[in-house]
This record gives sequence, C-alpha cells and structure tokens, in this order.
Amino acid sequence: MLLEVRDLHVEFHTREGVAKAVNGVNYSVDAGETLAVLGESGSGKSVTAQAIMGILDMPPGKISGGEIVFKDRDLLKLRTEERRRIRGQEMAMIFQDALSSLNPVLSVGEQLGEMFVVHRGMSRSDAKVKAIELMDRVRIPAARERVGNFPHQFSGGMRQRIMIAMALALEPDLIIADEPTTALDVTVQAQVMDLLAELQRELNMGLILITHDLGVVADVADKIAVMYAGRIVETSPVHDIYRAPAHPYTKGLLRSIPRLDQKGQELYAIKGLPPNLLHIPPGCAFHPRCPMAQPVCRTDVPPLYTVDENRRSACHFWKETLDAR
Amino acid sequence: MADIRKEPADATPNVTEVATVDAPTEEAAVAAIDAPVSQGEPILQVRNLVKHFPLTQGILFKKQVGAVKAVDGISFDLYAGETLGIVGESGCGKSTVAKLLMTLERATAGEVFYKGQDITKLSGRALKAVRRNIQMVFQDPYTSLNPRMTVGDIIGETFEIHPEVAPKGDRRRKVQDLLDVVGLNPEYINRYPHQFSGGQRQRIGIARGLALNPEIIICDEPVSALDVSVQAQVINLMGKLQDEFNLSYLFIAHDLSIVRHISDRVGVMYLGKMAEIGTDTQIYDHPTHPYTQALLSAVPVPDPTARDRRERIILSGDVPSPANPPSGCRFRTRCWKAQDKCATEVPLLAIPERFVGGSTPASHESACHFAEDKDVVHAA
Repeated sequence: MLLEVRDLHVEFHTREGVAKAVNGVNYSVDAGETLAVLGESGSGKSVTAQAIMGILDMPPGKISGGEIVFKDRDLLKLRTEERRRIRGQEMAMIFQDALSSLNPVLSVGEQLGEMFVVHRGMSRSDAKVKAIELMDRVRIPAARERVGNFPHQFSGGMRQRIMIAMALALEPDLIIADEPTTALDVTVQAQVMDLLAELQRELNMGLILITHDLGVVADVADKIAVMYAGRIVETSPVHDIYRAPAHPYTKGLLRSIPRLDQKGQELYAIKGLPPNLLHIPPGCAFHPRCPMAQPVCRTDVPPLYTVDENRRSACHFWKETLDAR
Repeated sequence: MADIRKEPADATPNVTEVATVDAPTEEAAVAAIDAPVSQGEPILQVRNLVKHFPLTQGILFKKQVGAVKAVDGISFDLYAGETLGIVGESGCGKSTVAKLLMTLERATAGEVFYKGQDITKLSGRALKAVRRNIQMVFQDPYTSLNPRMTVGDIIGETFEIHPEVAPKGDRRRKVQDLLDVVGLNPEYINRYPHQFSGGQRQRIGIARGLALNPEIIICDEPVSALDVSVQAQVINLMGKLQDEFNLSYLFIAHDLSIVRHISDRVGVMYLGKMAEIGTDTQIYDHPTHPYTQALLSAVPVPDPTARDRRERIILSGDVPSPANPPSGCRFRTRCWKAQDKCATEVPLLAIPERFVGGSTPASHESACHFAEDKDVVHAA
C-alpha cells in the first residue's frame, strides 16, 4: 500500500472551544489507484489531506492521534526536514484556486523551475528548459513563448494546468487534488480531469481526489470514502456505492442531486444542517438528520461495520439501508 | 409543481409578437404595469438586447478603443408562471442579462418589454413599479446580506422603499410571515446574518425577494454556493414558492443538472449570444447546437457504469475574449463542424431548415448552420 491513514485525529483549538475536525479517519490508496474523498464543507476532507501533506497550520491545528504511513514510514514521526524532502518529490498537492495558489509576482516559468532548483540543485537555465517541457506536457500551447508570462495572463483552465504541472514536476508517487476543478467551467473541467487521469496512468501515481461532486467521482474514481463530521461513514468501490449505498447519508446525497439525464419531480432533501464541529452530536453524528435513526444511534458511535470484503459502513443499520432501496 | 411544468409548452415559440402598450401618462404606465397577466402569457419580452462595456484608453482624454460585447443581441420571452433557465460558462453574459432586466445596467441597444412597456425607456414612478414587480435573488448569501442589519431590517427595508405594500404597523408581522414561508423560525427576526448557515441565509435572500409580491424573480446562481444536501432543500423551496405565489423565474446557473430540474424552458448562451433555446426535453435530450452538445457531454453523470459508454466531446481551447469575438458564428473557433460559411455568416437563432415543420423535438431554435440532433446525455 502506498499510503495508509490510520485512526487519524485532528482538532483545532479556538476561542470557542475545541473543534474536532477529524475523528478517527482510516483510508488507503495504492499506486495507480484513485481514491475519491467525498464530503460537504466541514466534513474534514481537506484537513485530512493537509495532515497527510504536512501543511496543516499548527497551531491552531493539532494532530491528536493516529498514523500516516507512506511507503512504510509513519510521516508523523519524521523530522521537519525529512518531511520537506518528501513534499514535492514523493507527494504533491493540487489546490482548488490556482490564482491564489500561484505567486502573482513570479513568472510561471520561475515557479515551475524552482522545483528543480530547490530539489534537484539544477541551474536556473536548465530549470527553465524543464519548465517548458512541463508546460508542453500539460498541453499549454506555445509553452516556449509563454514561460515568462505571469499567472494573471493565463485563463483559469490554463492556470490549473500550471498547478498540475507543478505537482507533477518531480514525478511524485502520490498526488492529492483538493477540488481541482470546482472553480472551472464544465467544458474546461472535462479537459483538466482528462489530463489529470492520463498523467496519472502514465506515471502510475496514487491519486486522492477530494471533491463534493458526485458526478466527477463517478467519472474517475476507483474507490470512495464518504466523510461526515470528521469521520468516514462509508468506503466502497465506486460501482457498488452508486448502485446500493450502505449508509443513509450517502443514500441521501445520491438522491438529492438533480440528474442531467432525466427530469425528476421533487428532489429528496436531507433535512437539517451539517453539524457544528464544536458540538458534534453524540452517538452517530448523522442521527439528527437520519430518517432511519433509532435510540441506539443517539448513544453509540457506530464502528465501521464490514459490509463485504471491500465495503465498510459506519451505520448500525447498514443492512436495512442496503435492503430498503 | 405547477401545471405548466407537467405539460411543457412544446408549441410555445421562443419569441412572439410584442403587444406594446401605449401609456401617455405616468399613471397609465403604472396601471399597465400593475395589470394582471394570465398564466402562460408572455410577461417579459426581450428583443435584440445589447450591452457593450466600453474599453477606454488615456487618463485625461479618455477615448474608446473597443468594447466588451457582454450581451450582443439576444431575444427571448418569459411566460407567466414558467421557469426559464439560462445556462452558459463564465463570461457568456448571463449575469449581465440579469442586471439589464433588473435595470441595474442601462442597455446599449434593444428593448425589454414588461407587459408591453419597454422598461429600458421608463423612469420615475413607472420604473419604480417595474422594479417592485421584478426582484432578484443573488448568488452569494454571504456577501448579499448586510452584516450589520438584522434579518428583520434586511427584509423590512424593502417596505421603506415601497411603503404601499405594507403599512408601517404591519411590517414586523409581514416579515415574520415571510420568514415562515421560507422555512425559517419567525422568532429569528432580530438575529444577524452571521448567526445563520449558508442555506438559511439563502432563505433570507429569497424572503427578501418575495417581500414585495413580485411577479418575476431573477435568480442568479442561487444555489451554487451551497452544499449538496442543502441545495436540494432550497431548490424544493423555490419550486413550492413558485406554485404558491404564481411566480415566473429566470433561473441563471452554470449547473446544467439543476437547471434541467427546475426549468420549463432552457436557453444556452455563448459569448453574448443565445446559441439554442427550447423546452428542457428539446435541449437536454435533443440538442442540435454543437456548443450545447459539448457542454452537456462534459457534465459528469453520477453513474459510474456510464463512464465508458457516454460520448465525451472535449472542446479544445478557451472561450475567446468578448472584446474581440470571432466573426460569423462565435463558436466556430472551438467547433469541430466549422466550415468557411461559419466565419462569414452569423447563424440566426431560428428553427434549422431541416427541422422546420417537423414534429421531432429537434425542431427548436438553434443558431447553427449545421444543426443536427444528437443525444449526448444518455449512455449508448
């Protein structure tokens, strides 16, 4: 296994109290595999990713437990310099908002080349050649002429390509993409996702795709981890979860999205609101919104039950959820 | 859902003749604006609407060196009680259309007839009456509510401007009624926006839009800032309100699935022009414009089994600048069907010749010289 997150806990100490952003997350991704982490805002999906990358703001954040095993090393036990070496070389991240993630006063060529100067000790002129190669690779037209351009001179889709190029520069083993196409128009989104999938295949990288878009997940993922209030509520191969979700939250999400290919009547709406992380409900965090909630859900935190060999569901009534389709 | 939605008005043309109303005095104009319109009749008729934003050079002696052609000649009708969805990518001009209809921007050319009166030429009391009847719900519930005002003041402010809708002593109760209608606790009237979640804030925005009993609500990306589970709640609420208050919606969004769900008819915009317009079935199941086809095929469907069975049309390149749009058909630079004719002749928004008089759903208005029916949404 390329990466394994085991029982990870992250909390944020704020003036109002301790916000438990991640409460025991387990997931894994292998080389060449795409794991989609699905969740709404505040579900802890991005915080988990930041903990893996080692870019969590600490304080206020604090990793209060768990292990992140990457290529047989627990990242949380490594020293800062060792982690810095891993970051960029062995794992890289693509962010949602390319414009604010790129440095506005450096040309894209300098920013791409910097990877080679810092990590590989290349000269600036060699690095520039590499930068042009990378821009070609992510299919930015006229790379040679545009290498000196600044981020604002590129369109949103092109900027996201530059972000991808930067993440791929040192051919890492793992890429974490945090909502890589959310800010893009749908035709550009298709271009960028295509490119990402192709490069992943070519380099046999593991990909963690963080998203809230059930359509994108269905298109590219091999397996899914659904998060709610800092916990994994369901993990499954992609086909099974769309066919028969084993957690009421997943089921609610799937039923609440309008479909492009059919005209629906009223949409199913999950009642209520996502919980406040300062006051996560006791028992199953989803119980106040769950149509199937029973007294036991208010008191006992559901473990990740084994549905079958590849599927887990954190619902006391996963069997009933599966059956009641 | 309203009756009009169950039975899509397949026969309704995109544009009908405008029955202009001659109002010599302001009183007559206001009376015409307040006259009722029966369901299914055109309430808003947009004709050749143009908005160019000038590009200037120089500081002291500004001279115009060009124009951003944000909206460049679009025409459509909005019928009473229907939802017309407008889709398109960023920069296509859909939000500018909203602003023009709200008379927040002055049109460069063209007309917007509201019940037969051209609102681009109105002023004074008549314009005020129009503005009362056309309201807006904004995209971002975080920035469109004043953080220093209570919910009661935000919604009640509309009555300060239009005092005839609710007498002073009645306003508080009216605001509480509105909160109840949009599914918020009426006791929240004294709370501030930051005390609400995103979905609740959008409900406040909707309550404000409803306050003056408008006939038309223009919704500019009303749910795109919301989480998936909350999005469905707000969409259902909007559907319910439409039936209850007999509203017409102009629903602007980039999410094609949501637009299909809520709309009776859908218009697709590209670079300031309408590329194709028709009922939801016509547009989604029988698109004839290549741009619509590419747009629809690019939307991921939440069904992994469709992954390899759906045709994907991946467009190359980006949308050209609206300051310097391509000649002829605006889509030709990215179109796989483009021929010489496309560079010279602007395709008109009309039922393509080969489909004229046909009974197929492909027989709807599409601005393409080489229109053909192609289902890109459903897996083969």
